[in-house]
Amino acid sequence: MGTSYTTPTNPDWWREPIERTEIIWIVLSFAWCLFMFGWMVSWHWIGNQNMRNEAYKTTPDAYSKKLADQLAKYSVRKDAATGEDVVAPPPGSDVYLAGMQWQWRPILEFQKGKTYRLHLSSLDVGHGFSLQPENINFQVYPGYEQVLNLTPNKSGTFSVVCGEYCGGVNAMGHHTMLGRIYVKE
Amino acid sequence: MATTTLSEYRVDPVSGLKINRTANTLVKWNAFAAVVFLLVGGLFGLGVALTRMPSVQLLPPEMFYMFLTAHGLINLAVWIIFFEMAVLYFLGAHVLGNRLATPRFAWAQFWLMLVGAAMVAVAVLGGNSSVMMTSYPPLEAAPHFYLGLILFAVGALIGCFVFLGTLVVAKKEKTYSGSLPLVVFGGVTACVIAIFTIVSGALILIPTFIWSLHIIDGFTINPMMYRVVWWAFGHSSQQINVVTHISIWYLIASLVFGAKPMSEKVSRFAFLLYILFLQLGSVHHLLSDPGLTSAWKIFNTSYMIYLAVLASMIHGLTVPGSIEVAQRKKGMDAGLFTWLRKAPWGNPVFSGMFLSLVGFGFIGGITGVVMSVEQINMIIHNTMYLPGHFHGTLVAGTTMAFMAVTYWLIPVVFQRKIALAGVAKLQPYVFSLGAWVFSISLMGAGTLGVQRRHADITFAGQPLAYEYPEIAKGLMDFGEIFAVIMSVGAIMFIIVVLASIFAGERIPEGSAPWPKVEDADVAFAKTGKKHIGIGGFEAPGTFVLALILFVTLVLYYFINFKYLSTVWGMS
Repeated sequence: MGTSYTTPTNPDWWREPIERTEIIWIVLSFAWCLFMFGWMVSWHWIGNQNMRNEAYKTTPDAYSKKLADQLAKYSVRKDAATGEDVVAPPPGSDVYLAGMQWQWRPILEFQKGKTYRLHLSSLDVGHGFSLQPENINFQVYPGYEQVLNLTPNKSGTFSVVCGEYCGGVNAMGHHTMLGRIYVKE
Repeated sequence: MATTTLSEYRVDPVSGLKINRTANTLVKWNAFAAVVFLLVGGLFGLGVALTRMPSVQLLPPEMFYMFLTAHGLINLAVWIIFFEMAVLYFLGAHVLGNRLATPRFAWAQFWLMLVGAAMVAVAVLGGNSSVMMTSYPPLEAAPHFYLGLILFAVGALIGCFVFLGTLVVAKKEKTYSGSLPLVVFGGVTACVIAIFTIVSGALILIPTFIWSLHIIDGFTINPMMYRVVWWAFGHSSQQINVVTHISIWYLIASLVFGAKPMSEKVSRFAFLLYILFLQLGSVHHLLSDPGLTSAWKIFNTSYMIYLAVLASMIHGLTVPGSIEVAQRKKGMDAGLFTWLRKAPWGNPVFSGMFLSLVGFGFIGGITGVVMSVEQINMIIHNTMYLPGHFHGTLVAGTTMAFMAVTYWLIPVVFQRKIALAGVAKLQPYVFSLGAWVFSISLMGAGTLGVQRRHADITFAGQPLAYEYPEIAKGLMDFGEIFAVIMSVGAIMFIIVVLASIFAGERIPEGSAPWPKVEDADVAFAKTGKKHIGIGGFEAPGTFVLALILFVTLVLYYFINFKYLSTVWGMS
């Protein structure tokens, strides 16, 4: 007797033994839960793709200044598609990329196999850094500067699209927000 | 006064529920409002679907962002929470044979939520509040957008306290004795989570509303803080759904099969784990954010060692397990799956519930566990994978379960026969087929990089245009076709509901709304048998199904890590 919508027929229900199907499943599930937890922690040591979680407070003005300094120091050529400067900071250095309505700038150039300290911030609203076709995605805000050590393992032309809705009208907007990273051999 | 006065209660002859008339009116109005909003939100969703089909692109971007904002808010919040209010009142009053505490406050709940929802709709359709349901500052909406949300939330909060008050009344007036029924325990779990959710929402939306008025000089909302607090509202609101639809699964197992929980202790313990750990999942949205440490992210994203995942895995076994045990006790004890084959697949109450269970587990559940790994999130965050995942949980899971229980409620609560029974019979299959294939296709496109909330994935006319792989665009076209099928399934549901409650044959008081269901234990006693099942397992078929889920989860977990290991190094 009994249903899920009536009171338990056995008032001592917490003393009822647990049936075999359930107990084995609970043990198996819990073991998997422990494994997943351990694996996620371990990946910080055994894996090569991890969040760095290094971040600083900044302001759009302060960040713009870093972008301007970077452009003056490391501009190497004009981009064929847009005529804008391509910035190629040396391996190991700090690289600044900004999201703004509606583009990612500057256009960057990296060397394959070298590591860069990539800084991400926004000059206006929230944006999403999304590197394609690698499909690496980070959240970007105004006022916060996130740093990650990035090591390209392939060469070619990579695009940065926007992963967080950032407003817009028909002709321009979230869906037209793009940037580019070239990776040389 | 009329010459004939009705008694305050009527008794449902099949389930034995003692139904309070005032409470019943509130269940009806909340459920009805929910279905109307499902229709409205669904139509916006259809517009979104036809725009995200790269070969159709129905709406221009501005219109698309407005539609997407409206669709998200109406379907994710308004439809679901109105229905949850109906469920809470049903659990507190009908299931306990009780009256509703303070019906006046319950009406305040209803009207506040309605006015709030209307206010948000006016703001969004006005065109200057296309900020998506998440409304992250510094993006700014009209002040009445935030105010509407606040009123809606306050209404829901009142509903939660009416439910808790109703439980106090039941205890005091002794309408039941002993422990609460399991489904009401589930309702309490949902209510606790709802209160946490709504208070979090108030904490962030009230300051944001003040900011949008521009009455205090220099007052701004920190975008990071907004996200941390907002997701305690945004994510937790989805946890209310999970708990509510799981309670509905248990309810339907009993209503259709005369089943009882395999173990009260295990199922209640699993609900308790939800109360303790489910809320930590809010951090799933913050895994790629600046300013939070890995230790904090890992502790929270795993719900402290995955204890809320454990709870879901438990319910995933015990619900079908209880059905299997009941069916075996009723004589369908042969083989592994006779019990399932002989289940009433033509009854939309059952088929809807079972499709919800499978869809939620395999599509929403597995992907949710995998995508919330701190590192895996980096290759999934904010892609189409997200809408794919949450249509697996919220549409294939919650909405399907709510539809299934509605088919049962129409004869019992509205006292009308289901009109267009043939349509109702097919509906869960059409809706689930659409939702499942749609979700899986979107997740495929997301894995290939397609971003969510984009009005145009071709980047037409842009000098730096990026071209997604052809297969990703193909998956978007294919998936959105199934979104249209899903919409057809939703419209079938709405037509059946409206036809039934407005034109369905009346069921006179005292006559049976549904055929009588025999209690599985009573049937078992008649057979004179002692044991059921195979090899000491009372539910061996369910165990095999659960193992299939387990193996799928493990494989999918490692496939994603394998894929992660091939992308650029990050440290």
